[in-house]
Amino acid sequence: MTTTAARATGTAEGFKPWTRPEMAARLAKDIPEGWCVNLGIGIPLLVSNFVKGREVIFHSENGIIGMGGLQKPEELEPWLVNAGKQNVNLVTGASIVHHADSFAMIRGGHLDLCVLGAFEVAANGDFANWTTSLKDGVPAVGGAMDLAVGAKRLWIIMDHTSKDGRPKLLEQCALPLTALKAVGRVYTNLAVIDVGPQGFEVVDMAPGLSMEALQAQTGAKLKRKAP
Amino acid sequence: MIDKRVKSIAEAMQGIKDGSTVMFGGFGAVGSPVHLIEGLLEHGAKELTLVGNNAGTGRVEPLARLLASGNVRKIICSFPRSSGSVVFDEMHKAGKLELELVPQGTLAERIRAAGAGIPAFYTPTAYGTALGEGKEVREFNGRMYLLEHAIRADVALVEAWQADRWGNLTYKLSGRNFNPIMATAAELTIVQAQHIVELGAVGPEQIHTPGVYVKRVVHVPYGDPAPALATTA
Repeated sequence: MTTTAARATGTAEGFKPWTRPEMAARLAKDIPEGWCVNLGIGIPLLVSNFVKGREVIFHSENGIIGMGGLQKPEELEPWLVNAGKQNVNLVTGASIVHHADSFAMIRGGHLDLCVLGAFEVAANGDFANWTTSLKDGVPAVGGAMDLAVGAKRLWIIMDHTSKDGRPKLLEQCALPLTALKAVGRVYTNLAVIDVGPQGFEVVDMAPGLSMEALQAQTGAKLKRKAP
Repeated sequence: MIDKRVKSIAEAMQGIKDGSTVMFGGFGAVGSPVHLIEGLLEHGAKELTLVGNNAGTGRVEPLARLLASGNVRKIICSFPRSSGSVVFDEMHKAGKLELELVPQGTLAERIRAAGAGIPAFYTPTAYGTALGEGKEVREFNGRMYLLEHAIRADVALVEAWQADRWGNLTYKLSGRNFNPIMATAAELTIVQAQHIVELGAVGPEQIHTPGVYVKRVVHVPYGDPAPALATTA
């Protein structure tokens, strides 16, 4: 657990990366009231816990506009599922459309934001999140490629490095791409980074982290975003 | 008098030939015409091409058993690999089941286009990726697009909430998903309906699929899909 005491020291020893809920909360801070947002499966879904007090409309690829939170056992409505096939609620004002309309909404640029996870993000905005190999096993793609090219903005939320410590922000992706030049911003456990015309630009860093330490864990050149 | 109701699932399957392309609705278990898929297995048509979002889970549910039967040559879908898609994995690895992997929105639009008489369309989805390889590319207003072809089927298997004798349909909540577009894209659209209602019982603004798309309706009051309550995120 991250403690405020550790944060307050601001030292290398005291440094704690953001937790997943903290990453989700940091991203949620940048979502204004009124946006229509699609959250991918996994960490992106956590973002919905941190927009309370604002009317944000959540879209689910299977045709829900106005998705609420996960159902509690006593609320069971098995005819409502999200993209991860978990049972969810609707909010008041919700609507339901068929799959072609749902993706027309996505492809037609009617979503203000899509938040996805990723294996790799490149400095030109390319990203890879659907398969680690086209040779081994059977890939599945779902709606990731449609969301990546269709939403007005694509933000990625992911750990800054892989489980074995390798950078996930790179000059070029090595894994099969999901979309080209699609990512606008990346929220990691270490920093918030924009993908600008000249590459990665650091917007925000976890307290106590130095630019040098962040650069050491990144596979492409970072610069500070001009205020 | 128009009456599209048939008395049994076996009757609903009549005339489905070997080599048919068969679409099935559903997003996971919700909106899946499970009894019609089981009926297709019992009917015994072989060399099938299936079109749907998923490729089954476990070994017991009808889609998994249909794949295991060897009657399916190819499946066109967006998300074949989900937790427990064991039969698909085995058949695909053994070279017994061909896969055409399609991004979900492209899959939906290819089906919609077929039903709307559009043979092909351009989409930005999958441009520059492995799933776009070999496809015709065209630039519009400085952006690159792929040409994608409509998917038309011989048969569509649809799950509806209400149906009347004309084949007018409603769907329940997120059970709608692929069902309405598949209903438009096949020569023979077969519906399993939870409730059969009188003609006129559903108001004209509430009908999701007009009966003109539907050929056969069979009453299958099976209840709810399996709940999928989240354990942990």
